[in-house]
This record gives sequence, C-alpha cells and structure tokens, in this order.
Amino acid sequence: MYTDVIMAGFGGQGIMLIGDILTYAAMHENKRVTYMPTYGVEMRGGTANCTIMISDEEIGSPMTGHPYSVIVMNGPSLVKFQPKVRPGGFLLVNTSLVEATAVTRADIDTLLLPANDIALELGNGKIANMVALGGYVERTQVVSLESIKKTLPKAIAERYHKTLPINIKAIETGAQLARRG
Amino acid sequence: MKESQLVKGNVALAEAAIQAGCRYYFGYPITPQNDIPEYLSEHLPKQSGVFIQAESEIASINMVMGAAATGARAMTSSSGPGISLMQEAMSYMAGSEIPCLVVNVMRCGPGLGGISPTQGDYFQATRGGGHGDYYNIVLAPASVQEMFDLTMKAFDLADKYRNPAMILADAILGQMKEPAILEPREPVRTSAKPWAITGAADRKPQYLKTLYLSDGEQEAHNLELMRKYDVIRDKEVLCEAKNLEGAELLVVAFGTASRIVKTAMNMAREEGIRIGLIRPITLFPFPSKAILEASEQIPKVLVVEMNTGQMLIDVQVSAHKSAGIFFYGRPGGGVPTPEEVLVEIKRSLHATAGIQASKNSVG
Repeated sequence: MYTDVIMAGFGGQGIMLIGDILTYAAMHENKRVTYMPTYGVEMRGGTANCTIMISDEEIGSPMTGHPYSVIVMNGPSLVKFQPKVRPGGFLLVNTSLVEATAVTRADIDTLLLPANDIALELGNGKIANMVALGGYVERTQVVSLESIKKTLPKAIAERYHKTLPINIKAIETGAQLARRG
Repeated sequence: MKESQLVKGNVALAEAAIQAGCRYYFGYPITPQNDIPEYLSEHLPKQSGVFIQAESEIASINMVMGAAATGARAMTSSSGPGISLMQEAMSYMAGSEIPCLVVNVMRCGPGLGGISPTQGDYFQATRGGGHGDYYNIVLAPASVQEMFDLTMKAFDLADKYRNPAMILADAILGQMKEPAILEPREPVRTSAKPWAITGAADRKPQYLKTLYLSDGEQEAHNLELMRKYDVIRDKEVLCEAKNLEGAELLVVAFGTASRIVKTAMNMAREEGIRIGLIRPITLFPFPSKAILEASEQIPKVLVVEMNTGQMLIDVQVSAHKSAGIFFYGRPGGGVPTPEEVLVEIKRSLHATAGIQASKNSVG
C-alpha cells in the first residue's frame, strides 16, 4: 500500500495541523509516514501546504509532483495543484472559498465541500480544516476515522484540548458529507 | 524501547547532541538550520549546558575550539556561507587534533545562495575545506532517524580519532518530519582525553598547537595525520547497498538524492528494470571498495546528486575501469523528481558505455 496527499491553503487555515493529525494517525496504524511542510521564503497570509506520504514499505522521496490526492482550501491552491493530481486520483475542494465551476478535472474523483460554511454552522469558523480532513479520510480510507480521533490529542497542543469535542464533531460531519456525496 | 516520535530532522539532530553528552553549543543563526539552535537554546540550559548565540560564525567555531580543547563535547551548526567562515578554525582543529561536531544543513551557493535543498558543499566537506592537508569525518544522513543516529555516531568518531566530524544535511532533511526513535542504539561511549587542556596544577604543562617550525617536525605531523586518515578509511566506512544482485545499473546517491532515487528504483522495478543502489553514509571515508566491487559486476553506474557533479569524482576514482559512468545533477535548489531520475536511468542504460549522459537534461 502506498499513497500520498498534498494539503494546501492559506497560512492560518490549519493546513499543517491536519497534516500532523493524519501523520499521527498513520503512525498509530503502524504505517511508514513522512510529513514535508512547504519550504521556502514564507510570509504571513501567504500560501501553506504540506505533503504526506503513507506506505507499508520504506518511503523514498518525501515530495511528489504527481500526488494521488490533494486537499484544496483556497483559490490559489486549486490553480497550482488541480493539474498535478494523478489520473484516477482524488481532489477535495473547499467550495466556501473556491468557485465550484473552477473544478474542471473529469478524470479524477472530486469532493466539493463548503468547509467554512459547515464549520460556521457547527459554531466555529476555524474548524473548516477538520471538516476537510474528515471528508478526505472517509473518501480515501487511508486511515480509519477511529485512528484520527484517537491521535487527535497528540497533534493538538494541550491548551486547546477543550476544543477536542468540536474538532471531532467537524471531522465526523466532513466524513458524513463525503459518504453522502 | 522508546516509542517513535514525530519529529523534524533538525530537532532529532539537536536532541541527539544532548543525549551524546554535548553540553556546549555556539552558533549564529542562518536558515535552514535554525531549529537546531532554537531547540538547544531551550533544552541545553536544562541539562546545565551552555548555549551561546555568538556574534558571528567565526566566533562560534573558535568558542567550539576552546570548549573542545578542554575535553568537552562541543558543537556548532550553520549552513553554506557560515560554514565557509568557519574553515580557518576547522583547519586549526584538524591540525591540533581537537574533536568537535560541525553541522552543515546546506543551502545553495556560491555566495549567499538560496535556502532550497541542495548538495553543493560536498567538495568543501570531504576535501577538508580549509587550508592544509587534512580531512573531516563526514556523515550524510538520509532520514530523520539518521539525523539522530549519525549525530550520536559523529561525536563518537570525533573523540575516537581526535578529529572534527561533520554532518552534511539539507533543507529537506532538516524540515521533514518522520517517526523516529530518539534513543541511543548503543550506550554512549566517552573516552579519556589525556590530551585535554584542563590546568597543569598536578602535571606537566601540555599544548594543543599547529605551529611546527623545527626541521621535519611538520612533515612528521602530516604523516601522522595521514596514518590516522588511513585507519579511518579502513575501519569506519558506512554505506547502504540495495538490490545489487542481478542489477543492470548501479545508482550511487547520498542524502536526500538517495531518497528520490529509491522511489525511482521502485518505478523502474514495475517496468522490469533492475536497479542497484549504493548510498554512501560516510562521505569521508568514502565507500570506494563497495563501489569498486559493485561496478565489477554491474557495468553501468549512474551518479545522482543535487549539484553539478561532486561525489561523481569520487565514484569515477573508485569504480572499476571498465564501468561506464553517467551523471544526473540538479544544482541550485533544483530537486529531481523520481520521474526525472527514471528518465536518466533509462538514458544511462541505453547510452553507449563510456559516454557521459547530459549533465543536466532538465535545463
């Protein structure tokens, strides 16, 4: 088994955090995993992305130009990453911030989730990232939702642990919508 | 056994330094290694260690020399231009046989360069780097686990041979997170250091020096150092050899480039192409014998580096004279994709032996 995912959005959307959570969940399932953050000259409000590789075997390159999956949380990331998804791959797009009509690939599985709107409905606009993570995990089955929930406290700083229930709720909601879609 | 932790390469390296008993860090900030001083500034003082952000790289390495001269394990870390500034003191340490660890998380060059991943400092690291006739012991990690393990090993080798040791890494290895076990593989060894400058209250004064003016004295010293380097070449070579049996092509790559090559090897295998890999873990001493033996069996060798051909020279010197040697390099922060490496693998297999593949087919 081998898969990878690029998660991309603005700095501040919690992209790196959901990358961390997925990585911990893969570790929990005794899989090999690498996590590579965007690396370069970064600025506040700029783009942020990370690449995660998950496999049963030794992982070579920690980066890829042809990802199996991409989670796009903002417009610039769709422009950058939509063309790179492997044929037959998976693209999740946050349609709260990206025009659904801009999603044009027909040769891949796509999931359109208005993640920010769903997060606001749940009562916290900051958890759009968790909605997307839930949708990604449910659709790809790369790790189990149980592993995600179990390892969540490891990835989230202790001072934010009071937010665990609403984060879990957001992940579950994302997953549920992915099932329906 | 400790549990695996998810940790950045730079942090794994810094934690290894503490566990190896290093209590003295001197450095000056530069990307992409800043996580190392950041971590040590927090954790060294908790171990009653000393962390000093010096006024420059030159000051840093001279502080390392002073601390290490007393027998303490001491280190610095920097990148590219900062490492260049340290070369004078590293030459002095090689000459006076003072062990230390210098970490180079490479950035591009020449000059200030960019911060992207690169392997352009291979020559500087493996040819001594400063003036005079000497070598550093150079270790090239390729994973977060090795950032930890080889740092522990570097302190051990430095003490064992009274020689500067260097970790040669890059931005990917520094910034990437992987699960790693942050625990020594074997108990940390500390050796007696009767040569250390610790105060001569109860013994004769002794010196650590590099100035030899009497007739033949300097030559004798250089020959003594040469014998030491020969022992290191004989005893301390480390490399990973993979899938050599029945391979049509031998690829040689170190560090991050070797990781990309491994993915390309898997892609090649799916197409029925059998590729062997030798990954030098020690760059000095270089695994010449392993490359000679492998290239006797496998007639074509492809060297993949993130530079314009530096380790290539060592492979050319080491490989069997009948081997056809090809090169694929991406300098200046260009990171080859596995697909690009696969193209070069095929190009090398189909090329006429002895003719170099294009130096940079990607442009």
